[in-house]
Amino acid sequence: MEFFKNTNIDFLGKKWYFLTFSLIFSVAGVLSMAFWHGIPLGVDFRGGTLVYVKYAHTPDPSAIHNEIESAGLKNARVQRYGQPGNNEVLIALDIQETSEQALDKGKTQIIQALESNVNQGKQDLNNSSSLAIFNYLLEKDPLHLGSGSDANPRYTSIAQAIVDYRDKTKGGVISSMDELKGAADPAVVASLQDSFFVSDFHIFNAEIVGPQVGQQLRGQAIRATLYSLAGMLVYLALRFEWIYGVAAVLTVFHDTLITVGAFSLLDREISLTVIAAILTLIGYSNNDTIVVFDRIRENIKLLRRDKLADIVNKSINQTLSRTILTAGLTFLTVLALFLFGGEVLHNFSLALVIGILIGTYSSIAIAAPILVAYQEWRGERGKKPIAMPLRPGSTTSAQPKEKVKV
Amino acid sequence: MNKNLTWKLVLILGILLVFVAGIFGPPWTWSGRGPLALVHDHINLGLDLRGGTHLILQVQVNDAVNVDSDNAIARLKEDMRAHKINYADITKPDPVNHPEMIVVKGVPPEQTSDFKSIVSDRLPEYDASSGAENSWTVSMKAQSLADLKTRAVGQAIETIRNRIDQLGVSEPVIQEHGLGDYQILVQLPGVDDPARVKEIMQSTAMLEIKQSLGGPYSSQEQALQDHGGVLPPDAVLMQGKSIGSHNNSDTGEQWFLISRASAVTGSDLRDAQPGTDENGQPEVKFILTGEGGRKFQAFTSAHIGDSLAVVLDKRVQEVATIKSAISDSGVITGRFTDQETHDLSMTLRSGALPAGIKYLEERTVGPSLGADSIRSGVQAAVYGMLAVLIFMLIYYRWAGVNADIALILNLVILLGFMGYFGAVLTLPGIAGVILTVGMGVDSNVLIFERIREELRNGKTPPSAVEQGFAHAWITIVDTHVTTIVSAAILFLFGTGPVKGFATTLVFGLLANLFTAVFVSRVIFDWVLGRKQRGEALSI
Repeated sequence: MEFFKNTNIDFLGKKWYFLTFSLIFSVAGVLSMAFWHGIPLGVDFRGGTLVYVKYAHTPDPSAIHNEIESAGLKNARVQRYGQPGNNEVLIALDIQETSEQALDKGKTQIIQALESNVNQGKQDLNNSSSLAIFNYLLEKDPLHLGSGSDANPRYTSIAQAIVDYRDKTKGGVISSMDELKGAADPAVVASLQDSFFVSDFHIFNAEIVGPQVGQQLRGQAIRATLYSLAGMLVYLALRFEWIYGVAAVLTVFHDTLITVGAFSLLDREISLTVIAAILTLIGYSNNDTIVVFDRIRENIKLLRRDKLADIVNKSINQTLSRTILTAGLTFLTVLALFLFGGEVLHNFSLALVIGILIGTYSSIAIAAPILVAYQEWRGERGKKPIAMPLRPGSTTSAQPKEKVKV
Repeated sequence: MNKNLTWKLVLILGILLVFVAGIFGPPWTWSGRGPLALVHDHINLGLDLRGGTHLILQVQVNDAVNVDSDNAIARLKEDMRAHKINYADITKPDPVNHPEMIVVKGVPPEQTSDFKSIVSDRLPEYDASSGAENSWTVSMKAQSLADLKTRAVGQAIETIRNRIDQLGVSEPVIQEHGLGDYQILVQLPGVDDPARVKEIMQSTAMLEIKQSLGGPYSSQEQALQDHGGVLPPDAVLMQGKSIGSHNNSDTGEQWFLISRASAVTGSDLRDAQPGTDENGQPEVKFILTGEGGRKFQAFTSAHIGDSLAVVLDKRVQEVATIKSAISDSGVITGRFTDQETHDLSMTLRSGALPAGIKYLEERTVGPSLGADSIRSGVQAAVYGMLAVLIFMLIYYRWAGVNADIALILNLVILLGFMGYFGAVLTLPGIAGVILTVGMGVDSNVLIFERIREELRNGKTPPSAVEQGFAHAWITIVDTHVTTIVSAAILFLFGTGPVKGFATTLVFGLLANLFTAVFVSRVIFDWVLGRKQRGEALSI
């Protein structure tokens, strides 16, 4: 089976279409970053508090928002999270409510606000840790184990069983204390009933990032991206010619700009994992570009009399089958991630889905034309055409270079 | 079969077995457990997959510097008095930003050399430089300052580790985080209560046993009055709960006059355990070290009939009369709850933090979310992988089998690597695995397309395979090196989940260089060896 056989498409002849296409998307992204959504940063980079809450019933975000607002927390965002049947909401507080003096204050205030309309004076079993339950049981000693040595392990395992029952069997929320009778001794349940009640929610996840870490992670992400671009430039300059390195770096810059622009247009948050995805797409796009460049390098040796534009076209066509196949297969795996990877991986896989499309397109439509454009520009200025790339395997530029005739 | 080829096949099989052992452990350790349990034993899951608490905290190293420079000031004052060097004032002008800087004002010019020799003899970690109007700036040397700060972080890590160990958390991570920011990363798998963890980590529990010189007084004013308005220079007033009334509801505050010097301190303790007294009240029993016991023996035998105060974190816990010499043990009582005696004995055992800590980041992942993430991540990986495997079979026929073997072997080596290196698999790590599959496919596609091209150009199957591998090899090296470079940079500058992604990617790409190039080639050679000359290749 074979999809592409001896294609002969004039890619370079379409460079103005490509340029227009890239410009539209880049400019749209830049405009959105500058005037519309900005660059939507995730909690990792801007700092703040995220609390993920699971409800026993369908949650009403606006009612939750009112409860939180009336507790004095300003600018809280409440939104549905995950699949509708899971009854989950995400409550976000911005960095003003998150200080390093009391990092978890926002989270505590949210819990208090949500519990405010129910049993005061009792502890909420749905938001108690196994440690808290253990300490309570050890003190009350409902099984009359005394202070013997087996009280500790016994109550530890009972507390763990209760929490496991809540988190694993009931998905995080118990709807009444009586439900516990299936998971623990009646004496234990009776004792718990004295001091615990069950609320209608459970905090299953919390992320609190202080301003200092946010700043640190921002710096780190920018450094990691710049360093990996620099590493790429140096490697390509050593293996090929410097202009190949420049073309590759311009190409991945184009890809990154469009992907970040797409996140801005869609108002999706850029988190640490999205940065990982962007670095992956840089690697991937570069991978594609190198495959084409390698072919150009090979063909320049074989077809000395041809124009560079023809050689580049021929090289793209020769590798087209591989490019499309690989892009298609990688796209397939990433698409699986996007569709089945769950909420946590959603933005990560979105970046990869966009990135793989753009990365494949750009190695054909951006990287190769840059080489030709540079060549033509040098030709017009009456200078010698660019030196031919080094032979694969040789790393010194001391030996005489063969020149390409244009 | 070619002897060389046999040798290569044996090598591949050997490597396969070694890495399978990396995932499941060696067969003699299996003892009838299921494969999933075995994988769980050997592949470490990140917090995002197993649930737990993640904290980043910063050691306020300036606290430790302030303690050191306060001691230096005390020594300086003492020695200058002993050597009869006059001075107007010794202060720290900026204890917040420059805790290492001490300014001594008004040293007479004729005593300059005496002053300098005191600083160099008694404070070898400090330098003195002269300023305007007979003032001197005594600052800690840069190297000493850096050492002190590093030591404070190391000591904080040690203390936190001791305390976390008492919580009984399995596989906690407590390590320095970032470069030179005095930050500590604490990761506690399975712990769902960060507030309690912080409570345990942060309690300082500085224990001192001192002589009580007077009290109780109902207020500071009363204490002052009692001493004619001037306190003795070697004593301070300290506050505490009403003492001696364990069972009543009196929660009033009282003041005591306590000597500055300590008979013994927390560092003289060998052990501390919670217990109950004869009335069933919770108390903490402690045992002194040999050296501490001798000190305490000497002190108590010299002060029979005097009062003794147990001071915890600058608060008086208890005052008792010394009836006889005590050598090696004692108890601390004072209306504690069970939990408090438990925590107190724990903090006494583990020592105090050298400096305050500030929390910078706090994340808790519930165990159910982690399990959900694993399920969907693995599910996505399996679907993606299956789609790729099936496609390769359809598109390349028998050569597709070759590619599929290489891909599966790639995955086995990747997971085996992670098992051997104890690398942590995170959610983005699963994504890294998926990406590795993508890159692995790419290498195979590159090679196969090239072989097809060579076949189209009229080459014989053996020479097409030879040429195909030779040409694709150069490209594969280029693509892999650049991606490994980016992943390595990601590993160096990334944190947490991103690091997990970089790890799997690097391991995966290294494995891929082996499987896509070496293993595929061996399989091709084996297939070609079994074919008649001129028979077509299924690709």
